[in-house]
This record gives sequence, structure tokens and C-alpha cells, in this order.
Amino acid sequence: MKYLSEYRDAQLVRAVMDEISRTIHQPWVIMEICGGQTHSIMKYGLEQLLPADVELVHGPGCPVCVTSLEMIDKALAIASLPNVIFTSYGDMLRVPGSSGDLFSVRATGGDVRVVYSSLDAIKIAQENPDKQVVFFAIGFETTAPANAMSVIQAHNLGLENFSLLVSHVRVPPAMHAILGSPSSRVQGFLAAGHVCSVMGFWEYPSIAEKYNVPITITGFEPLDIAQGILLTIRQLENGSHAVENAYARVVTFDGNRPAQKTIRQVFEDCAQAWRGIGMIPLSGWRLKDEFSNYDATNRFQVQSIKPSESQLCIAGQILQGLKKPVNCPAYATQCTPEHPLGATMVSSEGACAAYYRYGRSQ
Amino acid sequence: MCLAVPGKIVEIYETNGLLMGKIDFGGVTREVCLSYVPEAKVGDYTIIHVGFALNLIDEQEAMETLALLDEISKQDIEE
Ligand code: SF4
Repeated sequence: MKYLSEYRDAQLVRAVMDEISRTIHQPWVIMEICGGQTHSIMKYGLEQLLPADVELVHGPGCPVCVTSLEMIDKALAIASLPNVIFTSYGDMLRVPGSSGDLFSVRATGGDVRVVYSSLDAIKIAQENPDKQVVFFAIGFETTAPANAMSVIQAHNLGLENFSLLVSHVRVPPAMHAILGSPSSRVQGFLAAGHVCSVMGFWEYPSIAEKYNVPITITGFEPLDIAQGILLTIRQLENGSHAVENAYARVVTFDGNRPAQKTIRQVFEDCAQAWRGIGMIPLSGWRLKDEFSNYDATNRFQVQSIKPSESQLCIAGQILQGLKKPVNCPAYATQCTPEHPLGATMVSSEGACAAYYRYGRSQ
Repeated sequence: MCLAVPGKIVEIYETNGLLMGKIDFGGVTREVCLSYVPEAKVGDYTIIHVGFALNLIDEQEAMETLALLDEISKQDIEE
């Protein structure tokens, strides 16, 4: 497939890795913010190809992992109601709430359906006028344009039986939270290419400047990641902290302006709770007042749910780059993909799942 | 969810006021919304997230990156 095979060329990847070895003279800690990149790193064994002086830590860029427990519990409560069709991206079905997951709701008779896109949920609402159709609108800046468009569509079609359970998260405030923490070890960032495909990277120079960290916009194929690491190491060795774009075939400085405009039309910034991490100011998007009739939390009155998290799970520390999955006492023993204790073991982009799937025990 | 592979646009049309299209992912075809890439043409390559095309792949940039990295690999062999 065009634009895939070239970027998986093993010989080129190895050559870039060799260049990294020649460039590096001291140890550096780099965070890949995006769970999709974590997954590629594990899948292609890139960590083994890197010189020992490069330590990669995994960031909070997995939307399934960081959706707050409270939100999952709200989803479970709404999905259990009669007369509701609850729609969601497939990854969310096995994420454990305080008690049970969406699968268990389905097993006990709830109408929970997996959709590929928010527009599929709109179609279901059109076909089921006697039911309330709720879409679980989670995700980073990559899913926000789709979810915003579903609200505009529902509005244009006059759909009264459609609503969103919104739990959006944004990357730049999370980068501030990680770098601003006294315990942070992160010296350079691989920024999430697909988030930047929507938002561009005009928000990043001020972050690089403020914390003295180089930031490289990075794609997802092995060659993209190798190149992202090389550019970051070059900067670290030179003592510079600029923003560089190693994913220019997809990402521009401005990003996708029509998508940003639609997001701004529907959503506004809000404080957001991140699972395992806690509240981060201005790190979320909620529906604007004029679209509040599409807000499922209003429609179903689930504002006052009190969640209770597993005491064993250390996912919050993993998502901030402080620990690795193998440091968790429950990893691969009490916690496996079949019996997950935390969301990072469930999601296909979760760090614990990536380690488990590719057999990493150290 | 944020991970997406490139696909080729094979058809463009409109449904309910939205610009839609068919995308070929190496043999598997899917319907996606093209409203955020109004400049898209049949034959363009695009990256899709949750049923929406969010950008077209810039062929020239793709080639330039590969040429640059190829140069590193040639240095590597010469050394
Ligand atoms: S292994 Fe399981 S319990 Fe441990 S941090 Fe990962 S998800 Fe949580």
C-alpha cells in the first residue's frame, strides 16, 4: 500500500537508528505522547533497536485510557436505561467502570451498539424515532471534528432523540501538566501526529520555550518514529528546544482549519478529569450552551455519580511517564487483557496492553 | 482510535448535505465523510479518523522525507 510500505522499510529504519547512535553522547528521556506511537514502538521492536541511552516513556495519549471513571460509570448508567440505544466506539466496551463494563450491560439486556463513526449513530437515531440514541463522544482532537459534525447534523435534521455523552481531552494542557510537575523526567517530546493533523502545531512553540524541551511532530510508521527520535536527539545534544515537523506529508503548522472551525462552533474549553491523573485545567471540551439539549448528562440526569477506582492500578503514574507497566504488581498476574483492572490494559492503544501483547516483561 | 492508515479516494458524492466519499484501503472500501477536505479529488490519498478524512497526503513532502532518509542510509553504507 502506497505511503505505508516505504515508511516500513527495515533497511532505512536501521540506517536512521545507526545515525541516532552516532549522534547521541549521553542518556536522554523522551516521551511519545500518543498511545498509537507506543503501540508501533512495541510492535516493531523499536526499543530494542535504539541505543541504550535513549529511554522512551509512554504518555497519556490514549483516549480510552484517560476517559474518567466517572464518565464510564455515567455511560453504564445511561446504557442500562430502557428505551436507550447506547452507541460507542468499540474500544470502550471492555473498559472497567466501578462495577462492570458496557459489555456486561449488554449481557443483561442493555442495547449497546458499536459504531465506527458518530454519523452511524445519527443513522441509528433516524431509524429508531421511538428510542433515545446516545453516542459516547470520547477522544482527543482527532475525534472531535467527527463528534462536532454529528451535533450539527442532528441539529440540521431536527433529530430530537439524539444526544452525546461528551468526554473530550486535549493534548497541549496535558503536556503542560506533565512538564510542569516537579517529578517529570521528560526531556523531549514526540508530539502526536494525528492530533496535529487537526490542530496544527501553533500551540507548541510556547510549550517548547517555557520548559526548554524540543518537540518533534511525529507519525506512526517505524520510519516516522525513528526519524522523530533522531531529530529530537539532535536537538537535545545541541541544547536547542525548537518545534520540528517530521510528519510534513500529513501535518501543517495551521492544521485543518475547517475542522477547527466546526469544533469551535460546537464545543468550548472546560476543566477535565483524566483517569488516573486527575483534573487538568482547560484540558477538555464540553458542548456550548446553545447545544446543551444534545448533552446526555442533562437528558438523563446522571450528574451525581460517585466512582470507586481499583486500589492496585498504577495506570496514572504510567500515563505520566513515571512508571512502566511492568512496574505494576498486578501486571500480567491479576491484570490481563481478559481480566483488566485498568483501562490501559483494555485499549488497543494502551501501554499495558502493548507491553502484554508484544510479550514485554522488562 | 487516533491511529489511521492512508487510503485512496475512489468516489465523491453528497448525502444529507455532507460531502461523502468511498475510500479504498488496499482492497477494502469504506464510506467516509469528506466535509473537512473539500479540496479532495478522486485519486488523492487521505488519512481517515473515525469515518472522517482529516487531511490529504502531500505527495511531494512524502517523497522529500524519503529522499532525506535515504541519504542518511547511503552515508551509512559508505562508512
Ligand atoms: S497492569 Fe493493569 S492494574 Fe497495572 S497499571 Fe496496567 S491496567 Fe492498571
